[in-house]
Formats: sequence, structure tokens, C-alpha cells
Amino acid sequence: MGALRAMVAIIAREALRFFMQRSRFIAALVRPLVWLIVFAAGFRAALGLSITAPYQTYITYEIYIVPGLCGMIQLFNGMQSSLSLVYDREMGSMRLLLTSPQPRWWLLLSKLLAGTLISIMQVYAFLLIAYFIGIDFPALGYVAVLPALIISGLMLGALGLLLSSTIRQLENFAGVMNFVIFPMFFLSTALYPLWKMAEASTLLRDICAFNPFTHAVELIRFALYLEWNPWALTWVMLAFAMFLAGSILGYDPGKALIMRKAR
Amino acid sequence: MLKSALASLLLTGATLSHAFAGEIWVSNEKDDTISVIDEATLEVVRTIEVGERPRGITFANDHSVLFLCASDSDSVQVIDPETGKVLHDLPSGEDPEQFILHPDGKRLYIANEDDAITTVVDVESRSVIAQIDVGIEPEGMAVSQDGKYVITTSETTNMAHWIDTASEQIVANTLVDQRPRHAEFTPDGKELWVSAEIGGTITVFDVESKAEIAKIPFEIQGVHRDRVQPVGFEMTTDGKFVFVALGPSNHVAVVDMKTKKVIDNVLVGRRVWHMAFNADESLLFTTNGLSGDVTVIDAATQKPIKTIKVGRFPWGAAYRPTN
Repeated sequence: MGALRAMVAIIAREALRFFMQRSRFIAALVRPLVWLIVFAAGFRAALGLSITAPYQTYITYEIYIVPGLCGMIQLFNGMQSSLSLVYDREMGSMRLLLTSPQPRWWLLLSKLLAGTLISIMQVYAFLLIAYFIGIDFPALGYVAVLPALIISGLMLGALGLLLSSTIRQLENFAGVMNFVIFPMFFLSTALYPLWKMAEASTLLRDICAFNPFTHAVELIRFALYLEWNPWALTWVMLAFAMFLAGSILGYDPGKALIMRKAR
Repeated sequence: MLKSALASLLLTGATLSHAFAGEIWVSNEKDDTISVIDEATLEVVRTIEVGERPRGITFANDHSVLFLCASDSDSVQVIDPETGKVLHDLPSGEDPEQFILHPDGKRLYIANEDDAITTVVDVESRSVIAQIDVGIEPEGMAVSQDGKYVITTSETTNMAHWIDTASEQIVANTLVDQRPRHAEFTPDGKELWVSAEIGGTITVFDVESKAEIAKIPFEIQGVHRDRVQPVGFEMTTDGKFVFVALGPSNHVAVVDMKTKKVIDNVLVGRRVWHMAFNADESLLFTTNGLSGDVTVIDAATQKPIKTIKVGRFPWGAAYRPTN
């Protein structure tokens, strides 16, 4: 009972923070929209040459890029909540959270769920705008994508959590941008399908195929077309388990103490 | 996930359930074959070897036999659709490209591209009834619903030639834009539409006065004007829509038949050429020459739903009911 109350409280706090920061919501929407409207415009005729699953026919680039941009929203959101954790730690509210009698992993999971729910709201807002621009998916796809978004959101949130356990200062977030967000986004199937990457180099393709973000994007892409992609699901779940285990270890007070001593 | 799998099953079921069962026959210009697509599964179920460079393709009015222009074999082949065997050839003249079967089911009007003539063949007695001199490189063929007129368009002369089927004589010539490819009469029989590949337009004529009444331009955002080349087109029998293949622009335009305005453009495969409807006109099958496939368009939503690999350079398509 107390555990559930703690979870609700954490989610409510995160949601409140989100709704208070209207500019954050707008920023979260503007980023993918700029990609969709400006970047995709230059590539209108670039695709449509080869048909890969889950597509059954030729598509324009705008349609291809949308699932990748949904992933991008969740990726940024995952990193942003890790940033807020660093902030909480600096400001001291983290200490308050960690004094809760609930187990630490439960608190972290609650934090993860809160971040995921917010990212899903952003994704649906983005899909709604995309719909009005004329990029639509099968009606049931909007429902089927929800479980995919939950799993991918948790995975990317767990990655952020893992990173936040190692970052001591806010200023280091720029490094996260450079070394995590950009490589993860660009070395994935968000912008180009694997066969297009293979045309450049097979190494590039292999890196993309290894990148868990690729599988998050493919999971979302397949779900939007009501298709089932067990391979991507396995990868995303595996990555989620690893990142979560890593962050629970990272936030372990005993271990953190050891780390501090070592320094 | 089970729920989504179920939903996908329902969705596929909904798009594929039709009152009719049938096949789409596609002539593959480079492979010398016909690919037969099952309307229910949207998959190629048969590939039939035919004469060289098959292009124009049409069924007899009762669908008992298939007529096929085997251009480089200089013949029109008559094929049994059940067995896929060539029954016999018709005397077609040289290099037959496209033809039209008269509503009487007897007379086949064939455009002989190299000889600048239209050959009229009696499919029952297998003899040539008449040869009519037309413009240079005839290609597009159309027949009015009442059977009174047959149209031949000539690629180089840029004309639509009106042939009176009673006398087998040309009674009028009307100029169209550069390189006409295809012609069709509207279902009400009042208008004749002619596409011009280089001109990039469709010209609409009033059948009664044979005067031009409209010209429809096409454009695709992001595609150079020169690549927007209207070729084959099909009209819905309810008189509402015309679907126009725009060649190397890889799009099919949807035109409102009444207002003659382009409503939408549908992305299909590369160099889309001709097309055919199924029986209830719910699905449209386009032949995409360069990408060697057929795109299936849902006529109601005007969205592409699937692209099916066929042979090399698919050219024409024709529908055959199987029940």
C-alpha cells in the first residue's frame, strides 16, 4: 500500500513538474517536428526504392522517419529525466526521496515509469500533429503502439538512470548529448533502413543492428503497422534488464560510499 | 501483443474480403511472360510463358479467352486462361502494341506501331477485315460504349483519330498534346479523354462536337515537370474518378471526373504504366515497369496497400473473374 502510494507520489511529482514546464513540452514537440518537416523534405524522393518489412508498398521518407522520431522523443525524455535526477541530487530533494522506507529499486522503477508516461504523452501529441500533416497509420496501430512505447520508454529511461548514477554535475550533460544521444540516434534505423546503411559499410550496418535504440525504433515501427517483431522485443527487454540492473547497482548506497571513498 | 496480432488479422481480413474472386493478369514486356495475381491473397499464383514482348492484354467479353499483343512475335496471341496455353495467333500486322475489343466481341482493333495503321481483325474467322491508315506510331486505343467510334492515338503525329466502326473509315482527327499514349470514353459516352506523355496533360473532347472542352495538367511536388508523364488511365464506372498513371514520377493521380481537377496523388512503383480494376472496382492494380512490380491501390481510400513483385517490365493488366 505504502509502496503504491510512493509510486503515485513520484509519478504525480514528475507529471506536475512536466506540466509546469510548458516550454519543455513545446521543446519536446518542436525537435521531432523540425526533423519531420525540414529534414524529411530534402529526402522526399530518396526512399521508395526498396520495400522492407513492415511496409507492404512504397512509402515517402516522411512516413519512414516518424517511428524513429517517436524513438527520439523517448530518448531525449529518458536523458532529460536523468538530468533531473542529477539536479535533484545537487538540490538535495534526492536525499529526501532516498530516505523513503521503500526499497531503492522500487523508487527507481517508479521514477522510470513516471518518465515513460510523460514520454508517451509527448509521442501521442507528436503523432497527432503528424496526422494533421497527412502522415497517418492504421487506426488500430495507434493502440498497438502503446505497449511498444511503454517497453522502449522504460529501456531508454533505464539508460538515463544508469548514466545519471555516474554523472556528478549538471554540466556533464553536454557530454551525454555528444556521446550518448547523438551516436544512439544516428547509428540506428531511425533515419535510414539497415539496407541503406549496408550500402555505406557493413560495419556501420552491424553497429546499427547492435544498437538497442534501433530495436526500440523497429518495435515502435512494427507496432504502428500492427506487426509483431519478437526479435526487436527481445533486444529491448534485454537492454532494459541490463540498464536497470546497472542503475540499481549504481544507486546502491553501500557501493556509492565505496566509490566516494576511492575518490 | 496478442491483442495487436488479433487486430492485424481482423484488419487484413477486412481489406481482403470481397464479394468477388478473381485474378489480375499482367504482361511482362522483358520476360515474355504473364504474371497472374490472385485478388484474394494479392500474390502471384501463376507465371505463363507467352510470345515475345507481350504488351496489350485484354480478355474476350465473356472472359473465355485472352488476347495478347506479342509485339516482337508480330502476332496477337489467343490464350486459354484455364490452361495458359496459346490456342492460336491472329493476323495482327507488324508490331502490335495495343488493341481494343469492340463491344460486339468480334472485331479487334489493333494499333500497328511501325506501320502507322490500325488493323481490324475478326476474332472468329481470324481474318483481317480492314486496315486503316492512321498517324505515325499509333498506340492508344479506345472504343465508345455504343460501339460507334474507335479511337487510335498516334504518338508522333500527336492526334486522336476517330474511326467510324460502320464504315471503318476515319471521320475526324483531333490534335492533342505531345505523344498521346492512351484514350478512354467516359462511362456516359459523352467525353473522350486522351493522355499526352510528353505534353504532361490529358485533353478532354466532347464526343458530339469533337471539340476540346478541357485540358488537365499534372504536377507532383518535388518531382521535375518533365518526369510527370501521364500514360495509362482508368475510369470508375460510377463516373466519379479517373486514376492516371504518371510514368516516371512514380505516382498515380486521382482526378475528379466531373470537375476535372486532381484530388490526390498516390505513390506507387517506378515508371507506372497501365492499370486494371477488379470486378467491384474496390482495388486498382498498377503496372510499375522499372521496379518490376504491381501496386495495389484501395480505390475507396485512395491509398496504396501492397506492392507485389512480378516479372521484368510489367506493361499491361487485365481482370479475370474466376467464379
